[in-house]
Amino acid sequence: MIQAPNLPGWAALIVGILLLSGASLTLLGTIGLVSLKSFYERAHAPGLGTSMGSILVLSASMICFSVLQTRPVVHEILIFIFITITTPVTLMLLSRASVYRDRAEASVDQAPPDLARVQPNAPNNNDCKGQKKE
Amino acid sequence: MSALLFALVITSAQILLGLAMLCGAYRMLRGPRAQDRALGLDSLYVSGMLLLITYGVQTGRTLYFEAALVIALLGFTGTVAIGKFLMRGEVIE
Repeated sequence: MIQAPNLPGWAALIVGILLLSGASLTLLGTIGLVSLKSFYERAHAPGLGTSMGSILVLSASMICFSVLQTRPVVHEILIFIFITITTPVTLMLLSRASVYRDRAEASVDQAPPDLARVQPNAPNNNDCKGQKKE
Repeated sequence: MSALLFALVITSAQILLGLAMLCGAYRMLRGPRAQDRALGLDSLYVSGMLLLITYGVQTGRTLYFEAALVIALLGFTGTVAIGKFLMRGEVIE
């Protein structure tokens, strides 16, 4: 499975460096995902791969196809825009879900005196927790 | 010689991305809680998308770019659905 496109030397050098550094950054991010202790630390680690890793790999692909087809090929920028927009959205959603679940479990375990403190927006969230309390 | 070196560089980048996918899969399978699994799935599909792009660079075809675009779109939708489910107990209210 070892093959390579027909690139001139300078383009091969640039593409190779970009690909290796992007792949290493992505691997570093996922190693952090494995080795960090709590969820709130782990949530930051894959951002390495989704920001800088994808930028480097996508620009390597852009340079490769632009040199191969001898015209500017920039459709990888679609993926870049999409990843850049969606990564913070998923991070915020997962982190808020995690905060909500941690607070819900704490309220079940310790039976807090003040329910309103545990549920900041109680009218929206009491569908699944009200049953747990009873 | 330089072509062989370039091919080795591309293959090693693919191996690194495969290891990244393994780390994401480990967190998805062994994660202590559901949000850890969702995070592992998120990083798994991002690494898989980058792996497809390096495969496109290796073969010189633009076919793999479209597959990567579809993976990015559907992976985001899946993660948002999982996050919404974890937070509210249902996806569409």
